[in-house]
Amino acid sequence: MSILRVENLSKTYQSRGRSLTVLDNVSFTLQPGDTFAIVGPSGSGKTTLLGLCAGLDRASSGSVYLNEIQLDNLSEDQRAAVRNQYVGFIFQNFQLLPTLTALENVMVPLELRGEKGAARTAQELLERVGLGQRGHHYPTQLSGGEQQRVSLARAFANRPKLLFADEPTGNLDTDTSATVVDLLFELNREAGTTLVLVTHDLELASRTQRVIRIKGGTVISDSRPEQVTVG
Amino acid sequence: MTSYTTSTQDRPLVKAPKTDPNWLWRMAWRDSRRSRQRLFLFMSAIVLGIAALVAINSFGDNLARSIDEQSRELLGADLTLSWNRPPSKKTQQFLRTIGQDRTYEVSFPSLVSIPRTGGIRLAQVKGLTGNFPYYGDWEVTPAAGIQAFRKSGERVALVDDALLVQLGAQPGDSVKVGNLSFRIAGRVMKTPGQAAIASTVAPTVFIPNTFMNQTGLLQRGSRVNYRYYYQFSPGTDVSAYVKTITARLDKEGINYDTIAERKRQTGRAFADLTQYLSLVAFVALLLGCVGVASAVQLYVKEKIASVAILRTLGASGRQGLQIYLIQTALMGLIGAVIGAVVGSVVQLVLPQVFGNFLPVAVDTVVSWSAVLAGVGTGLLISVLFALLPLLAIRNVSPLRTLRTSYEDDLSGRDPLRWLVYGLILLFIAGFSYLQTQEWKLAIGFTVGLAVAFGVLTALGLALIWLVRRFFPASWSYVWRQSLANLYRPNNQTIILVTAIGLGAFLIATLSLTQGLLLSRVELSASGNQPNMVLFDIQNEQLAGVKSLVKQQKLPVLQQVPVVTMRLNDINGRTAETVRKDTSIKIPDWAFSREYRVTYRDTLISSEKLGSGKAPSQSNGAVYISLEKPYFDRLKLKLGDTLNFNVQGAPIQTIVGGTREVDWNRVQPNFLVVFPAGVLEQAPQFHVVMTRVPNNETSAALQRGLVAQFPNVSAIDLGLVLKTIDEILDQISFVIRFMALFSILTGLLVLGSSVVISKYQRLRESVLLRTLGANRNQILLITALEYGLLGLLAALSGILLSLFGTWALAQYVFEVPFRPTALPLVLVAGVVTLLTVAIGVFNSRDVLVRPPLDVLRSEG
Ligand SMILES: Nc1ncnc2c1ncn2[C@@H]1O[C@H](COP(=O)(O)OP(=O)(O)OP(=O)(O)O)[C@@H](O)[C@H]1O
Ligand SMILES: [Mg+2]
Repeated sequence: MSILRVENLSKTYQSRGRSLTVLDNVSFTLQPGDTFAIVGPSGSGKTTLLGLCAGLDRASSGSVYLNEIQLDNLSEDQRAAVRNQYVGFIFQNFQLLPTLTALENVMVPLELRGEKGAARTAQELLERVGLGQRGHHYPTQLSGGEQQRVSLARAFANRPKLLFADEPTGNLDTDTSATVVDLLFELNREAGTTLVLVTHDLELASRTQRVIRIKGGTVISDSRPEQVTVG
Repeated sequence: MTSYTTSTQDRPLVKAPKTDPNWLWRMAWRDSRRSRQRLFLFMSAIVLGIAALVAINSFGDNLARSIDEQSRELLGADLTLSWNRPPSKKTQQFLRTIGQDRTYEVSFPSLVSIPRTGGIRLAQVKGLTGNFPYYGDWEVTPAAGIQAFRKSGERVALVDDALLVQLGAQPGDSVKVGNLSFRIAGRVMKTPGQAAIASTVAPTVFIPNTFMNQTGLLQRGSRVNYRYYYQFSPGTDVSAYVKTITARLDKEGINYDTIAERKRQTGRAFADLTQYLSLVAFVALLLGCVGVASAVQLYVKEKIASVAILRTLGASGRQGLQIYLIQTALMGLIGAVIGAVVGSVVQLVLPQVFGNFLPVAVDTVVSWSAVLAGVGTGLLISVLFALLPLLAIRNVSPLRTLRTSYEDDLSGRDPLRWLVYGLILLFIAGFSYLQTQEWKLAIGFTVGLAVAFGVLTALGLALIWLVRRFFPASWSYVWRQSLANLYRPNNQTIILVTAIGLGAFLIATLSLTQGLLLSRVELSASGNQPNMVLFDIQNEQLAGVKSLVKQQKLPVLQQVPVVTMRLNDINGRTAETVRKDTSIKIPDWAFSREYRVTYRDTLISSEKLGSGKAPSQSNGAVYISLEKPYFDRLKLKLGDTLNFNVQGAPIQTIVGGTREVDWNRVQPNFLVVFPAGVLEQAPQFHVVMTRVPNNETSAALQRGLVAQFPNVSAIDLGLVLKTIDEILDQISFVIRFMALFSILTGLLVLGSSVVISKYQRLRESVLLRTLGANRNQILLITALEYGLLGLLAALSGILLSLFGTWALAQYVFEVPFRPTALPLVLVAGVVTLLTVAIGVFNSRDVLVRPPLDVLRSEG
């Protein structure tokens, strides 16, 4: 059973009567526990692909199966339920809720699930990312690296099967990046999560088991070519 | 719990998360931490509306209760019977046996004068014998005046305060009534059963009834009213007693009034009044709600990023909406409760505002039902309005977490919005129906409001479009920047045009309507129209009165004979047959009233032929002419016969035609006009009309009349106008007081809009200043922007109001519409200046704070 299966995925934007194909017939399959990087130049469609895989957007054609659930048929609220149950996110600009403290931010996915003891779990996670003392701070009171660590804690809070990260280090300096990335891979290994990483950074990409390159919306190479079909 | 299945297998894989409902409340609470003050600012817009609503409804409740508690004072007696033609001997005898104690009153209008000051005025003269009032206080200063008055044999009078003021007299002076002089023993401040306003309209001189005949005023044609005030022994069921004698009273044309009846009528009249005023308060609430909607819209825009994150983490659109709905509803509740507290305090001053209108002293306590209703109404309607922008939260796409520029999700049409609009309209219509119990009025109110809001919104949109379309690219930087502010993203043009425009609309309409009501009366006083009416002139006095008028070099503009009569039967059916046969729908008053009839063969300038022909005689048949509405209400048709009792002599007539009568003209108008040649020999009196150029001539003529013909009365139109003006002033003060809440709400919405948009303004101005704009330039930009907005809003409101009052003039009052420019210019000027002042004042931060300070705190 695959954790993520993408079949002939295409995305076309209509703007001012003209259509722009951003993704063209992309397919691949990920097994549980894989670590996976999507690399490519700016504007190549990486974020678009990630958004489709995570069910944040709908494809123009093709299908996405997340834990064997076909996302294309689901409503936005149903896809939200899927995300809450199986998916964690890390963003380039952290995306913490500015009105909530660090601890409360980590609690949100747990509380959405209606889990008991959310505060304790969240506190443990914060301690795990080295911010046990900062739980009552608001995002604006934290540095970029600290914010990204809070967002790591939040991403792992609901014990996701799949973790999506879009340029997780894009807004951080080199040293901070290293800390965050180490933490990311460590947590990922511990939890056995499947990681999908979008990045410009080839060094970062090289730490994953598998790398696909896309350009102009099509996959141009895959480090394990036997599993990728190029359309 | 919903489960979804995969396409390949049928086992459930996804369950909607079992979120604890309390989480929504916790999230709402946590999320509001940073914005509670601003959230409260949004909701403060409804405070005044709810305050107005609670105040007027509490006052209404208290008034109703006070009327109930003090109902005996409304009448001053247990029962009154009144009539204006002498009943039969037997009945007179009978009237003297009713009750335990009774007071007899004879009253009629007459000119009275104060010899010392030369003051002269038409007053209601009431001759009393007995111990009236039985209930309530007759407020007379000095109080001893009442004893002096009741002691028979002394020629003393009690005079209404209003009349003493007008005549420049005081207790101790003497007042001349007809042939007799009376010593004024007291100043009457309040008479039980009379609102103070009544003494402005018809101020009264009370004299002992024993002197009535000696005044020489009770002559034929005099409009005399007789009345008994009765007191019953405690515990008597007066209403039940009255039922037993109703038939007898009706037959003699005697009207009766009991405490229960008076209470019912007064209660209903004031319930109506307060309910209409609560509609005025409701306008303030709605205006506040528009402010809420616009503030929440900005708030939602700010919260979109947070909602997108929540959605990415798995929250449903509904949960996102609920979080912010909880926030706004809670703030609304706080606003509503504050409003209710303010309203309960405001109602304490309402008795002073209503002043002269109130029939009883109102004691004000907190009305919990009004408070609850006010809070409920305010909360519900403000949440409905807030829902309009909040609904968009449901559609926020989680994709925004990946792309900040994503805009596709909020632009789509949302059918739920229309549902909310529908609910709002339904709520408004329902509310106004509950208040007025009239569907027509409720729908008219709702449609009128929708039109007003619609027109103002359209004007705001038009302004934005025009500025964009014809942007004066060559103008100076300051002008361009302030104009651009009107249409740039997140502009508040529409909300401000609506809020300020509605305020301007209210003020302008109040001023225009008052002018309209006055012009309706003034119209008749203009040009060569008569402005003084002399009436109750006896046959033998006619020549004398006319020569007196001519002596003063005044014209006799019109002279009309008047004969009083009663109706015996219609097509042979008498009052009794009509009363017994319920299938005949002829109102009772047709038979019980006294008709004042004139005779002539032509119609006069204030009349238009409706149907048939003018009054005429042919072959001995008498063809009379009836006023059209009267003709309709009696369900008559041409050719029907009416038999009149002309002071004993029956006269058979045939309905020959109808007339449309312009009752606005100052001249005696008649329901019934006979042809010439029938009534010439009947007992009659005359009315003479003249035009006096000024007050001195008017006073001279009236003095002459009092000296030579004391029974002749004169109505000075100038005085009538002044009285009407006073009453209108009083009424419009009450309405203005209620409208004040709308205007203040408008200002509040304006103020909070400015504050809310300030956060965004701050950055821009700082940017401008870092780029080198100086403080004055930014001040000028702000002032110009708000000046333009204020001016446009004021003009829109005035335009709307001109249209509204024009319709009122055209269709309701039927007078030509000639608005005076000055008040309107004043409204436009004041509203614009106020807008600029509030706009600049609330933006002062932007001007004063050093750029770096702002950049740091905002970053
Ligand atoms: N809503 C949209 N409408 C039209 N075009 C869009 C839309 N969203 C994205 N695009 C286009 O799709 C293309 C791919 O965008 P995408 O964000 O996926 O690229 P990316 O590979 O993530 O680039 P980067 O490395 O700069 O983040 C771009 O050319 C972008 O302009
Ligand atoms: Mg990208």
